[in-house]
Amino acid sequence: MEQHVRADLSGLKPQRRSLGKRAAPYLLGAPAGLWLIVFFVVPLITMLSLSLQTCDAVTLACSLTWRFANFSDALSTYHTQFVRSIYYGMWATVIDLAVAFPVAYWIAFRAKRKNFFLLMLLLPFFVSFVIRTLAWEFILSDQGLVLGTLKNLHLLPENFHVLATGVAVIAGIAYNYLPFTALPLYVALERMDPRVLEAAGDLYASKRTSFVRVTLPLAIPGIFAAFLLTFVPAVGDFVNAQILGGTSNTMIGTVIQTEYLVNNNYPTASALSTILLVIMLVGIFLYGKLLGSRTIEEYI
Amino acid sequence: MSATITSAEDVRAAQAAPENREPRKGWRYYVMPVYTGVFLLYLVIPIAVMIVYSFNQSHSHLPNVTFKWQGFTLQWYREWNGIPGLTGAFFLSLRLAFVASLGATAGGTLLALALVRYSFRGKAATEQTMFANIAAPEIVLGASLLGLFITINFPLGFVTLLIAHIMFSIAYVTITVRARLSGYDLNVEQAAQDLGATPWVTFWKITFPLIFPAILSGFLLAFALSIDDFVTSYFVSGNRETFPIWVYGAVKVGTPPQVFVFGTIIFSVGVLIALIALIRQGRKGREKQAAVRVGGQRGGSRRVMTGGG
Repeated sequence: MEQHVRADLSGLKPQRRSLGKRAAPYLLGAPAGLWLIVFFVVPLITMLSLSLQTCDAVTLACSLTWRFANFSDALSTYHTQFVRSIYYGMWATVIDLAVAFPVAYWIAFRAKRKNFFLLMLLLPFFVSFVIRTLAWEFILSDQGLVLGTLKNLHLLPENFHVLATGVAVIAGIAYNYLPFTALPLYVALERMDPRVLEAAGDLYASKRTSFVRVTLPLAIPGIFAAFLLTFVPAVGDFVNAQILGGTSNTMIGTVIQTEYLVNNNYPTASALSTILLVIMLVGIFLYGKLLGSRTIEEYI
Repeated sequence: MSATITSAEDVRAAQAAPENREPRKGWRYYVMPVYTGVFLLYLVIPIAVMIVYSFNQSHSHLPNVTFKWQGFTLQWYREWNGIPGLTGAFFLSLRLAFVASLGATAGGTLLALALVRYSFRGKAATEQTMFANIAAPEIVLGASLLGLFITINFPLGFVTLLIAHIMFSIAYVTITVRARLSGYDLNVEQAAQDLGATPWVTFWKITFPLIFPAILSGFLLAFALSIDDFVTSYFVSGNRETFPIWVYGAVKVGTPPQVFVFGTIIFSVGVLIALIALIRQGRKGREKQAAVRVGGQRGGSRRVMTGGG
């Protein structure tokens, strides 16, 4: 005869958690969460609102007039800078992706001491990026280390210059934003299960085939995230353009900065900033749509 | 699936020289490590220039950084305090970084605890907000914050700088600590509670010491971000000048060598801390290491290492 033994449930806690337990995450998250809401989310809303306002140029009194024309005005006035920023940002991001991918791959798959190499990768970025860009200006100046030597060797014509060209700005942006590309790529590659690659090998794939048909497709979400995390900030940059570029290389970031701080033209400046923000949000949205299951937050 | 090794000879051969089984490493094998090495060297170029030229003599009346090498000197290190605005800006940056990092670390650690341990309404939204915070261009962060301060008529200065720096550092600290917390075994805490510890005691005696490396990494990360930050600070600083802001102002006019001196000092401290961290990790031997992030540009990078099991 079977005997059913009942578990003694008398000692179990009741289902309903105490108020303290339920409130715990909210209490823990409150300081940081509130800070972010008040000083990150709210300002973004303020900025959106400012972009639709009209301000009196003299008194700086602004009123919400829902003036969507602010956007079209801003875009038509600064059309060149905008396109140029996208162009520079795109180039810099593509360069970064191409350059950083092999390094991320090597550190993720082959390096014995990953942490060491990651640290080496990040060490140069301890120094303020204004100083780093300044150093590049130094290096690339007309009679400087690189050009001066090459000119003395008569390998370059005397009037050759790199500074104040788009090339210098793109190179500067590419340099300064490398960690933003390398790290998400590393995360994506490191997360890959090496057994999947082994399986590909077991199924007679050559190294090249398994790379193209297994590694690369699995890395695509990471590549997309790296692209977004590099492209968006790069487009908004103005320091590289100011230090390494000339008057014909101004970017939209320079414009925003000037409109805010020099011209006090808040509606236009806010409209331009909003456009940058929208680009980022579109990118995040596209990520969700195209790459489905994973959330982009995994890459930070 | 795998072939059975039948003879003792085969066993010995397999144990003694496993490399013999692999294909001989042709030159192609070394392409990637060499490439990585060259890449890392390239990254260091402007830093090397900065360090070298901090020792460059300058014979002109107003010492500015020039590319012509004029001889080695320690003059700028002796006269580190020579440019009044610059020294003030440097120490302002240090104070700001310290306070902001404390705030961001405290808030970020608590938020990380909430995110890892609990599921709650608004969790996904929080994570999305953190991502947006990190992905957003600094100019948007700074400009929107400026807009807020102008709208409520709040004076720009140290306080606004502090607010901004804490704002952009929190997310980085949170992901740093969260990475460490995720790999952390809750059973230890439960064991402590089984032994009668209250949650408060459990936290301070068990949890905190175990996640302390991550908290420290988060602090250092926030510190590096803050001392480095230019764009966001530029918008909300009013007429206070942080070190990067001062340098930026000097670029068009003429950069005193002391800028490179301070930069070298900051970099050296960073290297020192990194060395200490690496040595500690090395000492811990084969323990599993969780990767954590460091941020950058805003200066640096995204991941930072924590050690310990």
